[in-house]
Amino acid sequence: MIDFSMADILPALPEIFLSGMALVLVLVAAFGGEGAQNARRVTQIAMGSIVVALILVTGAYGGMTPAFGGMYSADAFSGYMKVLVMLGTFAALAMSLRTEGDSDINKPEYSLLILLALVGMMLMISADNLMSLYMAIELQSLPLYVVAAMRTNSLRSSEAGLKYFLLGALSSGMLLYGASLVYGFAGSTDFGQISAALAGRDLPPVFIIGMVFMVSGLAFKISAAPFHMWTPDVYEGSPTLVTALFAIAPKVAAISLMMRLTYGAFGGIADQWQQVLIALSVASMVIGALGAIMQTDIKRMMAYSSIAHMGYALAGLAAGSPDGAMGVMIYMTGYVFMGAGSFSIILLMRRDKAEATRIVDLKGLSRTHPMLALGLLVMMFSMAGIPPLAGFFGKWYVFLAAVQAGLVPLAVIGVVMSVVGAFYYLRIIRLMYFEDTDTPLDPGVPATNRVVLGVSLVVVLLFFVGLGSLLEAADSAAMALVASG
Amino acid sequence: MIENWPLLTIITFLPMIGVLFLLMIRGDEASVTRNARHVALWVSGFTFIISLALVFGFDSTSSGYQFEENRAWLPAVGISYHLGVDGISMPFILLSTLLSPLAILASWKAITHRVREYMIAFLVLETMMIGMFASLDMLMFYLFFEGVLIPMFLIIGVWGGGRRVYAAFKFFLYTLLGSVLMLVCMLAMYLDAGTTDIPALTAHSFAAGVQTWLFIGFLASFAVKVPMWPVHTWLPDAHVEAPTAGSMILAGVLLKMGGYGFIRFSLPMFPLASEMFAPLIFALSIIAIVYTSLVALAQSDMKKLIAYSSVAHMGFVTIGIFTLTEQGVAGAMFQMISHGLVSAALFFCVGVVYDRLHTRDISAYGGVAAVMPRYAVFFMFMMLASVGLPGTSGFVGEMLVLVGAWKASSWVAFFTATGLVLGATYMLWLYRRVMFGTIESADVGAMERISRREVLIFAPLTVLVLWFGIYPASLLDVMANSILAVLDNAASGGAMVIAGR
Repeated sequence: MIDFSMADILPALPEIFLSGMALVLVLVAAFGGEGAQNARRVTQIAMGSIVVALILVTGAYGGMTPAFGGMYSADAFSGYMKVLVMLGTFAALAMSLRTEGDSDINKPEYSLLILLALVGMMLMISADNLMSLYMAIELQSLPLYVVAAMRTNSLRSSEAGLKYFLLGALSSGMLLYGASLVYGFAGSTDFGQISAALAGRDLPPVFIIGMVFMVSGLAFKISAAPFHMWTPDVYEGSPTLVTALFAIAPKVAAISLMMRLTYGAFGGIADQWQQVLIALSVASMVIGALGAIMQTDIKRMMAYSSIAHMGYALAGLAAGSPDGAMGVMIYMTGYVFMGAGSFSIILLMRRDKAEATRIVDLKGLSRTHPMLALGLLVMMFSMAGIPPLAGFFGKWYVFLAAVQAGLVPLAVIGVVMSVVGAFYYLRIIRLMYFEDTDTPLDPGVPATNRVVLGVSLVVVLLFFVGLGSLLEAADSAAMALVASG
Repeated sequence: MIENWPLLTIITFLPMIGVLFLLMIRGDEASVTRNARHVALWVSGFTFIISLALVFGFDSTSSGYQFEENRAWLPAVGISYHLGVDGISMPFILLSTLLSPLAILASWKAITHRVREYMIAFLVLETMMIGMFASLDMLMFYLFFEGVLIPMFLIIGVWGGGRRVYAAFKFFLYTLLGSVLMLVCMLAMYLDAGTTDIPALTAHSFAAGVQTWLFIGFLASFAVKVPMWPVHTWLPDAHVEAPTAGSMILAGVLLKMGGYGFIRFSLPMFPLASEMFAPLIFALSIIAIVYTSLVALAQSDMKKLIAYSSVAHMGFVTIGIFTLTEQGVAGAMFQMISHGLVSAALFFCVGVVYDRLHTRDISAYGGVAAVMPRYAVFFMFMMLASVGLPGTSGFVGEMLVLVGAWKASSWVAFFTATGLVLGATYMLWLYRRVMFGTIESADVGAMERISRREVLIFAPLTVLVLWFGIYPASLLDVMANSILAVLDNAASGGAMVIAGR
């Protein structure tokens, strides 16, 4: 019997609050009446709750002791990553506000499920125990399986939901199996105690298998190659709004979990998992860059792009140093805003009220929608890692950590692949700026997309201004992460 | 009073203020176009006038950095906002601020669609160029160095000729591939020295084995920029497809970024590797000079011919730099400034007739001198400056490089000199085919004489080419102390590493 006290509740207040609000929203959804009006209200309440939780998280930032008997830790690291996850989710919800006429998305369940997934993601970031790790992953995954299949009359959407579910279940199974082996060896599910149990012992193959299984299961979640196969199909088939969410928040949560596991529980045996991460990183960078070249659908292209981005983030993680963790955090910060900015435009790719998400549909965008084209131009150059935009600084810090850890070949492969990647980002710019079209996309930019794009643009363009304070926050977060091991 | 102004920051970011103005222009298409042209011209002209303060305030007896600004940017990791100029970078900043308004003036009539976006791209380009030459922090240098790609990619791709997409992609990807390898080396340098401050890195001595790798990485980037044979193939494509003003800036300033990089980074920071790789650089440069001169002879497209001649001329620059002698480096510097002025003028020469006849094919012309006498004078002057006629700036640079090359090796000097002969051949032949002879086509006969705007672009370039040709000391004195400091540093740095082993 575990007894709770205020010392347990306070650190977890944001999650507790959001869970409570989710329950309230169930009632609102059930009794608030039919139709789009109610769905809108649910979304607005959900957004409001995220703002409150954001304030709670930033207030509770750092210095908190592990709660619930070490199951949950709210340190500087979790604070940093949670802010990113919440911003990403908030942007995705905001952009769903203006979807009049889309009866699939305009359901109260939509925002409700996403709010629940958010709680799962935040718990993933704070998980400090194999048990809470698994529960958090499931809490995050199940609502997302449902929203992927939200377009009930679309075969593609159902297919996406099913694929996501099956492969997600497979990866959860791998994770669970790996966790059981790790537990069997270490005799504890607590990350700190696992780390202590590993110190100075010979590691039997069974444990290594367990560790690799766990890392592989998480690689599924961040869609690192070779566990990436589901990503393009799910990105393409899901409603674009859902794709926007998938591309941002769950990635941050999963990579945070990966960081906590590798730096925390397996912190003392970096030489064992480094090889695995290097392999994942190289495979993701190569497959992401080469795979994207052949794509004709922008959502599929963004899927490959996100695979490549995860490869870069993993390059920082593979360094296994606090600087590597810092690099990953800087990288993911830029990634969240680049993703939100890009999807705020991709969401508007509609012609005659139907989604038009082929890449060639962007032809001539600079003529018909100059501001959107400019926005996407900045996002694409940033994703290609061209300075002085946000994407460049992320690459600078992850490769800095990689070179520092002696992984020069990894860094060289990474930068060369970023040149290959630049090719397909440039292709989008070419279509928008160098070519003309007779069939423009639908006019009109909803205010929410404009705000999301505007904020993302400011962050991406002026990343270098705030970099100093960002580095400080990331540094203390990285210290907290390493100390937790 | 005025000493305390952050002069370099003002010069660097003034064009960005112009960008803000351009973004704010409202109204109908015609007035936006008109206003955009004027805003861009005024802002870049004003930037040039302010940059003159660098010339007048410059102390050429000092070899150190002047107009320094050093503010904390990322204090925790030893990266700062550090600007400053010495005798090596100051002339390049002036070159950039001079050519920018001239290029904008050159596109006054030639660019008729999306003028506002065009001007924005040009002003961003100007900021990037100035910032790159003014940076005294390696990370900042890289930001500006790479940032140049964005506006140039758009200038070639949106306002270029028929194969502009191919040319823009080739330009971008080629340059990016070179630069990212340099980036990895920069990371290694930062980790080795613990700072990205350029003066501190210059004082730091890298181990001999490390130097070799770093040199190769930097070579990958700068060789593409210069461009050196065999990675020069992007240049003819980019030049042919870029609009006239884009070619002017590309040849005038962007090619110099490679040469500047060699002098700023490779020589003082990797002295041992520089000495070791000098024969390789000589070989590549000689091939560039002889081979591209021959290729230039075979061209039927005027712009392509001048593009190949640029590769050959930049071959002189790389030879001069790696002679590691005072004359050689000074000659390379002089040649870069001179080539910046002359090649910009030559590309504008092509632009002038292209605007009238819409072809760059040499065979379409002939007898132009009879129709456009004043143009013929300007063209001839620039052509002779390119060939290296005594009395023009071209002569001084080439002669100094030859002196330096002679010191290094008489064979290098011999092959370099053949470049002069070949250069004279293709330029004079080009001039004869375009300007002399009988007027074959009625279109040529109907060409208008050059306008006052066009004279206004030629005039400052002509005056400067003549001035530097007659009185080269005015430029050499500015550079001399800084060049000596670089070479001293290279010599002592090399000695230190050897002593340390």
